[in-house]
Amino acid sequence: MKNIFIFIRRYFNFLFFLVLQILSIVFLVKYNDTHEAAFANVANEVTGRINTQYNRVESYLHLKENNTLLLEENTRLKNLLGINFENPDSSRVAHLDSLIRDTLGHQRKYIWLPAKVVNNTVSQQYNYLTLHRGALQGVKKDMAVIGPKGVIGTVIDVSDNFSRVMSLLHRNSKVSSMLKKAQVTGSVEWDGKDPHFLTLRNIPKSIPVAKGDSVVTSSYSANFPSNIMVGTVDQVLKDPSSNFFIIRVRTATNFYSIEYVNLVENVQWEEQRRLEAVPVKNQ
Amino acid sequence: MSLLVKNIIRFILFILVQVYVLSQIPPLHQFITPYLYFLFVLWLPFTISRFSLLLLAFLLGITLDYFLGTPGLHAAPCVLIAYLRPFLINVLISQEGAELNYAEPSIKSMGFAPYGLYVLVFTFIHHFYLVLIEWLHFGNFLYFIGKVTATTGVSLLLIFITEMMFFRKQKFRTNTA
Repeated sequence: MKNIFIFIRRYFNFLFFLVLQILSIVFLVKYNDTHEAAFANVANEVTGRINTQYNRVESYLHLKENNTLLLEENTRLKNLLGINFENPDSSRVAHLDSLIRDTLGHQRKYIWLPAKVVNNTVSQQYNYLTLHRGALQGVKKDMAVIGPKGVIGTVIDVSDNFSRVMSLLHRNSKVSSMLKKAQVTGSVEWDGKDPHFLTLRNIPKSIPVAKGDSVVTSSYSANFPSNIMVGTVDQVLKDPSSNFFIIRVRTATNFYSIEYVNLVENVQWEEQRRLEAVPVKNQ
Repeated sequence: MSLLVKNIIRFILFILVQVYVLSQIPPLHQFITPYLYFLFVLWLPFTISRFSLLLLAFLLGITLDYFLGTPGLHAAPCVLIAYLRPFLINVLISQEGAELNYAEPSIKSMGFAPYGLYVLVFTFIHHFYLVLIEWLHFGNFLYFIGKVTATTGVSLLLIFITEMMFFRKQKFRTNTA
């Protein structure tokens, strides 16, 4: 017995080494067999907590990557949504209605086509709308665009299935308009400040104008049919340097919420333009 | 800083670096696994008793194992190098009484060549034993040889960089101090 103690004491380090080695191997073998090593629960709890802390930092560093991934996934999922499948509006085929002369002998001047607005801006200095109806569906350049409440703009670009519309809220837009009551023609522009107001110019000071008078498209306007609502008079200013009023017009259309519009084609305009292009000879 | 606090901080740092830096590196090759944590065992003071040396090595290995989910795999080689450490230090120390004059093994306390050999031998033993255990599970001799060589090389490089970056100042201790 005494010898055993002496032996243990003498080779204590070696024996301890062996014990630890065996312990390690037992842990390893047992873990590989059953995946349930000694103290695994406690150890998992502790390492798990540290891992969570680390993961917080790491996930912050991966935010950008994750954002990209989510964005891609969202895009992929959104592409599957039903609202993506929309045909160009062809509910009315242009050539069916384009009879120049009907059976009573009336001469057709305007053809109306429906279209859906797919893009619209109001906040820029140059605002445009995009319509989901293009050249294949009968849209041509310079067609007038009219919403349910009034004038919206003019088509400036046409692709196969889409068309670009210069909104009334465009620094270069100019629509020939008149006061409905007085039948005096001026032109409507936009000053780029407030999407609710337009400016009507070239109305002589001799004309009586009251707040609330209707402003409609004039009969001189080539692409717009006459008497289409543009807006109502909001404020009348006298331009001291000229003989004309500067009239602030509240738009009839709410440009913030346009969903469906009508495109209007003047089928006689071609002939009119050809005539007007010829230089005048007998003067 | 007392020796104890210093070594506790080292223990934590080595584990964190091994788990959250070196083990997170995307593997360059099947054979290359960077290991640095066992340097903790090599840096323990000369004066530490063999029992605590073994115990600390075992704790280090098993802690790492629980982080990596391989209980026992790293503990066994750590205990092995801890057991062999005093023998090799006795052989390698050229200066008389260096283990009394300096606190722990380093380039300064042992000299460059003996310390280099010390690190090389234990890195090799550690990886040899580690991969041997793995090999007993998988069994591919080329894997064994390749991994021992490549991993030892990478570890030596890491240890060299660590020694350069964190140069350990060793105070010369006299008997009067």
